[in-house]
Amino acid sequence: MSAGLNRQRVRWAWIALLPMLTVLAAVAGWPLGRTIWFGFTDAALDRLGEWQFVGLDNYIGEFGGLAKDSDFWGAARNTLVFAFLSVTLETVLGLIVALVINHPSPMRTFLRAAVLVPWAIPTVVSARIWGWMLNDQYGVVNHWLVQLGLIGAPLAWTADPSLSLFTIVLVDVWKTTPFMALLILAALQMVPTDCYEAARVDGVPPSRVFWRITLPLIAPGVAVAMLFRTLDALRVFDVIYVMTSNSRHTKSLSIYVREQLIDFQLIGAGSAAATALFFVIALVTILYLGFARRRMAEGAA
Amino acid sequence: MTRTARRAMAPQALMATALLCAAAAQGATLKIACTGLGKELELCREAAGAWARKSGHQVEVVTTPNDASERLALYQQVLSSGSDKIDVFQVEINQVGLLGNHLLDLRAYSKGVEKGHFESMLANSTVGGKLVAMPWFIDAGLLYYRRDLLEKYKQEVPQTWEQLKATAQLVQDAERKAGKDKMWGYVWQGRAYEGLTCNALEWVASHGGGTIVDDKGKVTIGNPNTVKALTTIAGFVGTISPTAVLNYAEEEARGPFQNGNAVFMRNWPYAWAATQAPDSPVKDKVGVAVLPRGSGDGARHAATLGGQALSVSRHSKNAALAADLVLYMTSAEVQKDRAIKGSYNPSIQELYKDPDIRKANPFMGSLLRTFTSAVARPTAVTGSRYNQVSSEFQNAVHEVLSKTAKPEEAVARLNTRLNQLSRGGRW
Amino acid sequence: MKRNVWATLYWPVAALIVLASVFPLVYAIATSLKQGNALFEPTLWVDAPTLANYATLFRQQSFGRNLLNSALVSAGVVALSLALSLLAAWALGRVNFRGRGVLMLTILSASMFPQVAVLSGMYELVRALGLYDSLGSLLIADLVITLPFTVWVLVTFMSQLPKEVEEAAMMDGLGLFTLIFRIFMPLLWPAMVATGLLAFIAAWNEFLFALTFTISPEQRTVPVAIALVSGNNAYEVPWGSLMAASVIVTLPLVALVIYFQRHIVAGLTAGSVKG
Repeated sequence: MSAGLNRQRVRWAWIALLPMLTVLAAVAGWPLGRTIWFGFTDAALDRLGEWQFVGLDNYIGEFGGLAKDSDFWGAARNTLVFAFLSVTLETVLGLIVALVINHPSPMRTFLRAAVLVPWAIPTVVSARIWGWMLNDQYGVVNHWLVQLGLIGAPLAWTADPSLSLFTIVLVDVWKTTPFMALLILAALQMVPTDCYEAARVDGVPPSRVFWRITLPLIAPGVAVAMLFRTLDALRVFDVIYVMTSNSRHTKSLSIYVREQLIDFQLIGAGSAAATALFFVIALVTILYLGFARRRMAEGAA
Repeated sequence: MTRTARRAMAPQALMATALLCAAAAQGATLKIACTGLGKELELCREAAGAWARKSGHQVEVVTTPNDASERLALYQQVLSSGSDKIDVFQVEINQVGLLGNHLLDLRAYSKGVEKGHFESMLANSTVGGKLVAMPWFIDAGLLYYRRDLLEKYKQEVPQTWEQLKATAQLVQDAERKAGKDKMWGYVWQGRAYEGLTCNALEWVASHGGGTIVDDKGKVTIGNPNTVKALTTIAGFVGTISPTAVLNYAEEEARGPFQNGNAVFMRNWPYAWAATQAPDSPVKDKVGVAVLPRGSGDGARHAATLGGQALSVSRHSKNAALAADLVLYMTSAEVQKDRAIKGSYNPSIQELYKDPDIRKANPFMGSLLRTFTSAVARPTAVTGSRYNQVSSEFQNAVHEVLSKTAKPEEAVARLNTRLNQLSRGGRW
Repeated sequence: MKRNVWATLYWPVAALIVLASVFPLVYAIATSLKQGNALFEPTLWVDAPTLANYATLFRQQSFGRNLLNSALVSAGVVALSLALSLLAAWALGRVNFRGRGVLMLTILSASMFPQVAVLSGMYELVRALGLYDSLGSLLIADLVITLPFTVWVLVTFMSQLPKEVEEAAMMDGLGLFTLIFRIFMPLLWPAMVATGLLAFIAAWNEFLFALTFTISPEQRTVPVAIALVSGNNAYEVPWGSLMAASVIVTLPLVALVIYFQRHIVAGLTAGSVKG
């Protein structure tokens, strides 16, 4: 392609980008900028007009700084553990589900609709349903586990500190696996069928087909799905809020931010915490993208 | 314009002006935010409608989320942005301190009528000397017990926490041996939320440990009675209370009790109506008493104060009218109506002697003593930092209960933390 | 031989997937048909089923109106997101220019802030635009949630489309918009449907912005209406009505999925590119 043509393409690219960028800047720019700004002040919700610039006090200050708040670090730990477990499980399960749906069968439509149900139910409702099902006294899960002899006595799924985070992960995986499954399915369906034709003609066994042909071709789609799931998992809020409230064992960074902003009315500290969360997520994202890019470069070679 | 024409126009002009004035006087529409709960919403609408008819203005009811924390967030958005979208707010009594800066001082309009309400409610409705809310109805923690089980095993209603433990253990073990293997001794609210603050305040105050922060602003939680209280209750978890109690809120506790699987329950008065519902397995088997006290000096019976109040926004365009609406809705007349129709406990003391109310709610008379001696959470003195205080307290207690921290250490840490928060008692 | 193993595994695994996905909803439906104390018993069978909860829902609140509002907002958000993203995806996915990587990351960063932190800034924006207490406020607020996602997904899939298609189009002298909307879009149909569905559900279930930016019952959307579903007292979780509401809310989404199934299949046959 000639240089002149390329320059024209680049010009057209910017024109095509303009609508989306304008909308995003207008809608996201102000709120985000404001949040970062407030992180440097001591604004509080009950006296919003009278705030003062306090520099980095909210981050590394002697009193009330994030660096010294053990609650913040605990929440950070919970969030990272949760995100890692959750996304890993969802990807594996989502892949399995997508493969099952992709398999031609009269059940396909029904399967696809059924699989979407967890994602479709509002989180606050599904978290409540699970809370109810996992109840130690009259929950159906404990009831059946005891009946089947798998456990001796009902477990306190959401109260026991050693179990609660894991329970939250399970409930979240149940809810968001459809998201992964649907995106991976889309990727599977965009693989040109002649690839499979060629493999069949050559007599390549199905497992080889899967690992050598399918996976690499759907890898970019899976990667994007994982990326967004990771972003969401790092910002997890609803399921923890509904199931275990403010318990320190399961508090995530988003819950910490909300606590600061709304329960404690500390706009300054809360905004600083939100910005800190942003940096945590940005860091994870950059690491992830770097890793993914390297893997794909290896895969191409 | 000729003089004749001007004179001809005069009466029309006068009439036009008169009409305009009449329209303005009639025009005000007030917006009140009540909680959107079944019976409560109905009663709110009725009372607001009655006032509207009386005063000639309009009242619109704005529905709000059920969750108290969500409601707080919504109120904060509306109030802190100076919006006049809502004039009157229904506020939890422990959130008045938080919102205090945005609320109108009602003393200018109340003419002293607030003196008929419970002292503790008024204390929590006053911020910086200003009466920013009028109490509407009151709640306090109660001990529910299975009268039939206590009779069966010839036990008395426990007066101290030790007696409760002994009785609960005895009945629980005996019932389990007799085949009711789901039986537990005592269920309460142990989840890390505001309800735990209420429960824990009862334990601490009943052992003579004070009320976290006294009304002069001094942090009083760091004392041996607090440690004793927490140690005692921590001993319940896993023995007479299921481990899962650490994630119970009000309904999770009511479930097992109502199904007949608990001997004692700590809950708010609302649970009474539920346990006496026609299909309740424990109908007519339930009794209510004051919560036990500790044993030792300073020990007393203590029940945490709850309830709701009505406030006027400082940014309201119709402040005087809104205040009038509030005073009407919290008046004895309306509170009596709510007590009879919805079992809402009035915040006006002398209504407890009212024969009509006592006939409709025989249960209410016995609550008077509990209400008058109810322990208030330190929301007035800690003001906008109350939620932080509550959060630190809840978490410290939860750690002790879940055995992830020793009582002495947790209390010491809590004390330090609260002192930091209090900026040396100045809040 | 191997193919038979997969085939026999298919049915039990599919059954397990359906069971795991749908069981909680079935349990919820059973609960929605119970009343009073039956709620506290862990059985699936309902002794005395009643539709009272559903009736209460429509009687107590303007639920029908709420459903309409949600549908309007979600459809609007999806349409807008997909249109804007499709254009942007061509630029970001197929044209190599300086600052592309940085731009992608900047777009992504809009998804890195917790919703609650963005809330007050959004609230100010909405009030400044005069959109408070109207569906328009939700339209713009939800774009913050859906745009980064739709852009990234479409960029990924768009960049995988073969170059030959574009070269052929240029040879034929087709303009940019024709290229994107008449040629690329049909090829991307599975991705667009998947993304559109997920974005629709995200906008449909969005709660925090909807709660904060609307206050009149006529402007409220479904998740807020569910949060307002009331029980008999302050603490009671109104299971019956809540589950009834959830069932009503989930069904349109399921119907949508079934409807769009057919389009994904159609897209498949249109999408095969030879040579």
